Amino acid sequence: MAAAVVPEQRPESDPYLRVRDLRVWFDTEDGVVQAVDGLSFAVQRGRTLGIVGESGSGKSVTGLAVLGLHNAKRTHIEGEILVGGRNVVGMREEEVSRLRGRDMAMIFQDPLSALHPYYTVGRQIAEAYRVHHPRAGRRQAWERAVEMLARVGIPQPARRARQYPHEFSGGMRQRVMIAMALVNNPDLLIADEPTTALDVTVQAQILDLLADLQAEFHSAIILITHDLGVVSQVADDVLVMYAGRCVEHGSVEQVLRRPQHPYTWGLLSSVPSLHGDADADLLPIPGNPPSLIRVPSGCAFHPRCRYALRDGGPCDREVPALLPVAEPGHGVACHLPPDDRVAIYRRDVASVGVAR
Amino acid sequence: MTAAHTSPAPSATGAAQAPLLTVEGLTKHFPVRSGAFGRKAFVRAVDGIDFEVRPGETLGLVGESGCGKSTTGRLIARLLEPTGGRITFEGRDITHLRRRELRPLRQQLQIIFQDPYASLNPRHTVGKIVAMPLVVNGIDPPGGVKRRVQELLEIVGLNPEHYNRYPHEFSGGQRQRIGIARALALRPKLIVADEPVSALDVSIQAQIVNLLRDLQRDLGLAFVFIAHDLAVVRHFCQRVAVMYLGKIVEIGDRDDIYTRPRHPYTRALLSAVPEVTGSARERIRLVGDVPTPLDPPSGCRFRTRCWKAQDVCATQEPPLTSLGTGGRLVACHFPEVNGEAQ
Repeated sequence: MAAAVVPEQRPESDPYLRVRDLRVWFDTEDGVVQAVDGLSFAVQRGRTLGIVGESGSGKSVTGLAVLGLHNAKRTHIEGEILVGGRNVVGMREEEVSRLRGRDMAMIFQDPLSALHPYYTVGRQIAEAYRVHHPRAGRRQAWERAVEMLARVGIPQPARRARQYPHEFSGGMRQRVMIAMALVNNPDLLIADEPTTALDVTVQAQILDLLADLQAEFHSAIILITHDLGVVSQVADDVLVMYAGRCVEHGSVEQVLRRPQHPYTWGLLSSVPSLHGDADADLLPIPGNPPSLIRVPSGCAFHPRCRYALRDGGPCDREVPALLPVAEPGHGVACHLPPDDRVAIYRRDVASVGVAR
Repeated sequence: MTAAHTSPAPSATGAAQAPLLTVEGLTKHFPVRSGAFGRKAFVRAVDGIDFEVRPGETLGLVGESGCGKSTTGRLIARLLEPTGGRITFEGRDITHLRRRELRPLRQQLQIIFQDPYASLNPRHTVGKIVAMPLVVNGIDPPGGVKRRVQELLEIVGLNPEHYNRYPHEFSGGQRQRIGIARALALRPKLIVADEPVSALDVSIQAQIVNLLRDLQRDLGLAFVFIAHDLAVVRHFCQRVAVMYLGKIVEIGDRDDIYTRPRHPYTRALLSAVPEVTGSARERIRLVGDVPTPLDPPSGCRFRTRCWKAQDVCATQEPPLTSLGTGGRLVACHFPEVNGEAQ
């Protein structure tokens, strides 16, 4: 299998997180689920990488693998995940849990199920602090919790710290989650669909908050989402996943304004927009995302691709390698000749949906 | 594609027709116990709303969670009993119809749900699910039930040979198609679609939106389309009603609402949508969350988050009034004058 090219924007500064040729698979009754298949990327401090893809594309599995949260008994992980130079793959559980919470943290989609209903939010945040600061006293940890609640914009933090998760609204709960994730100043933050469960006006608040906090703490952020609008607003770089592989990566500008992979085109032209011709039909991607047990041969996207097998191409036989295109930092895994891709994009895609 | 071919029917011709559905002063209060003494309190989910839907027209109901849009949909479909107000369908008052009287109504008025996993009986085959409305209503279509069901499956883009399969054998998008086929079985005039695409992946979402648009055009169906996604609503609806805490704050033609919102909430809501193209746009930052519908703010319910609020907003509730342009109604003391969305 062709090794994927690592997107390296600035080779001079070392990325905080570097993932190389990551493979994650699960044995199930129905067969082997190849959730992630040869994924490579890097994120630097102060940068945000958006990982986009549909359900089952492997984006959440990747996030969990970086944090070492997969059940070792049922999951096979291969490759390299370097967090601040330490490889998480194959690391002993005690060591991973020392990193987790201190050096890297996660924000989940649903804060109500990620927070414990039985303890006050202040206690939960203080506990997250004390785990990694064993010498800190109860009082100091509590003060730190209140400070973090204030930092994420919760009014009356001292009073709210004594309340339980159910007493918070959805947006406020997500702020609590963020406070807990940031209590130890982690260098890497993974946010898995952090705003999907929220209303748009609240989503805007949370995205602003994440941006502010990143500027302050200078952490590396991975934002996992299906929403291209969110990515375009928050991320610096984008990685588009399909069936466990990266099909396109680059800066937001490159991937969302000058996309070269037919799957990225499909995503962009199927998203309805607030602008442009409201009566024009959207251009959906035909078919359904593939089963990860029986991933299509060759390019996994070829059965749904409008341009596959043109001129008898190798789309159904060979997995396309992720190769750099003209602009530095932009990589695409597609068998179509680069010139054709640029021409097709201009002709067929650039005028439809949000791609317009 | 020409604009004339696809653009919504001008409201001038629509106005001549009698409305298919009229909702007047509709309210729904859910009783809850609250406080130390278990005092009875009410969640005022829908609190006095009025609107009309004409035959073949698509009305979008948008708003954030808790604004009452889904409750409104369920009230119209009479899955819930209204607390007050009146619902008229084809000139007939259906507000308090009994169970048995509802059956003929449901031939005309169907509902599609958000969750394609929970709304189909997992023990029934697709054929049985789609045939159920016909069987329940004792309808024997020409050519037989099976043939009609296969016809319906074909209309919604499913393979008619999959008649004997079970819901779990289908993907989310295909299940939503099954739900749509079931809703179409009785050839209804109005479909209430409650977040029909929000559980689906983006590429599938576009397939379903296009399908619903085709059906609406080909069959002349009227829709009440409930969604939180403003961009989806824009692609589907001719008219849009924006709800906030149980009230309609603005209602009007799609283009008016999206390009010149007059209610501050509509404007804020539109500006908060993250768009792939929206880079150098002024975003209105609303502070705080939606207040609880247990005890909504006095006067204008949006005033606690509104940057234009004055004293009068706390004391007087602004009525939904016409601003003189193309049937648009706005409930605000200080409507946006040049409310360009972008």
